[in-house]
Amino acid sequence: MLWFSVLVLIPLLAVLVQASAGGWSAYWAALTSEQTAASLRLTVGQAVVVTLVNIVMGTSIAWVLVRDRFVGKRILEVVIDIPFALPTIVAGLVLLSLYGPSSPLGINWANTPTAVTLAFLFVTLPFVVRTVQPVLLELEPEVEEAAASLGANRFTTFRLIILPSLAPAITSGAALSFARAISEYGSLVLLSGNLPYSTEVASVRILSYVEGDKLTDAAAVASVLLVVALLVIVGLEIISRRVARHG
Amino acid sequence: MASSSTPAPFTSATVTPAPNARGVRQPSALRWPMRVMVVGYLFFLVMWPVGLVAKATFADGLGPVLAALRDPEVIFAFQLTLSVAFWAVLINTVFGVGMSLLLVRYTFPGRRALSALVDLPLSVSPIVVGLALLLVYSGRTGWLGGVLTGAGLQIIYAPAGMIMATAFVSLPLVIREIVPVLHEIGTDQEQAARSLGASPLQTFLRITLPAIRWALIYGVVLSLARSLGEFGAVKIVSGGVALRTQTATLLVEERYQQFGSENTVAAYTAAFILALIAVLALIVVTSLRPKETE
Repeated sequence: MLWFSVLVLIPLLAVLVQASAGGWSAYWAALTSEQTAASLRLTVGQAVVVTLVNIVMGTSIAWVLVRDRFVGKRILEVVIDIPFALPTIVAGLVLLSLYGPSSPLGINWANTPTAVTLAFLFVTLPFVVRTVQPVLLELEPEVEEAAASLGANRFTTFRLIILPSLAPAITSGAALSFARAISEYGSLVLLSGNLPYSTEVASVRILSYVEGDKLTDAAAVASVLLVVALLVIVGLEIISRRVARHG
Repeated sequence: MASSSTPAPFTSATVTPAPNARGVRQPSALRWPMRVMVVGYLFFLVMWPVGLVAKATFADGLGPVLAALRDPEVIFAFQLTLSVAFWAVLINTVFGVGMSLLLVRYTFPGRRALSALVDLPLSVSPIVVGLALLLVYSGRTGWLGGVLTGAGLQIIYAPAGMIMATAFVSLPLVIREIVPVLHEIGTDQEQAARSLGASPLQTFLRITLPAIRWALIYGVVLSLARSLGEFGAVKIVSGGVALRTQTATLLVEERYQQFGSENTVAAYTAAFILALIAVLALIVVTSLRPKETE
């Protein structure tokens, strides 16, 4: 408990204290300075896009992993977790090899906003899949069969039976992937070039404030990320309690 | 969200028998498109890029790779990474087990809040982690800077800070594995052991520890993998000086950005080794999973 405070709570508290060190006006000025505002807009915008993609793709992947059977499915199971296990700097290098200057596809997305999307997609891949998969496994096929025997077509069954049971899991997965996306740093270092106004994300902005010894500004941006992280955790807690109550 | 409760499971007995229906239901028209879409997505996002890195590492054969592995800076970076990860994992294991027991076996005000906060390090940006540690422990500007400098301790730009940053980011991994198992096994056996005269330590070693051992191993492997690959937080608190505070991930960054083919090969080689460790850890973990449920 004491260790947890020393390691986690006190330092995070220090971020909030430091952020408020210059008063409200300085805090607001730091966040609305043009370059910082651009980086926050990019980060949040891309995180929203990526989260939406993950909701669709993550659910589809979970669906295929649970309901489909084919040779090599076990390999896919490992592939899903690779982005979680791979060091982020290596993830950047990995993406650069296919989407960078020496790409065998003949495209070069390095140093463009697309690179940011790619990096976010890569690092957030496992979240929706891994939250939806167990719920899908537990779903009783009998309920779907009952719906089908009562005349529901596949789409209706999916919409009225499957989707509502998956909704809490999809929401938690989406929240986790949003939180992960807005806080991403490592995979972007080599891939996005960190160009101001174009590919610079919030984490990079914080780092350049730290390097410029502007700790109060750095803490101001950091406090935004911290609050989002807290909101996600509170949201997840609420979802899991609701599910526990209904289940 | 109110509609999320699954409709009446009691229908299950009356519906036509479905012998373990998963996979034997009639094929859907969507099956192949879904399969192709999913495999294609994963191929382009993960499999092909990862394969290309392996290929790029050995593009000029084994010679340059072996030369890179003899580079003292590379050797040092991996030694440092291993020792930082070792200490961080050790700390996380000891405190993770302690925190889990605290969260599951005791009730105290603020327990729920604490149990939610434990997950915080997973969703906080590593850069924010680095900044947070800097604000408290920096010798020059930190809250405790004066005290630490007075005591002759340097944490920031030194291994101690790097271990703290690494322990911070991987903190929840052990706890998240152990807590559900502790909930599941309950306290019956522990109480029985205690009523038969076992000391708390004996109860822990003979009853609790064997019950959580798979979860613990799983958590340790995960946090080891996470620790070896930590980059952002370590970058801020370490300074990344070659042969002093440069870990393997920091070396990948620096070498990749430098010109010259030896530097590129060194970056790829270090990245390849890190990726190899990550994939090995994954395989260990996935092969442990089924054992746990048996």
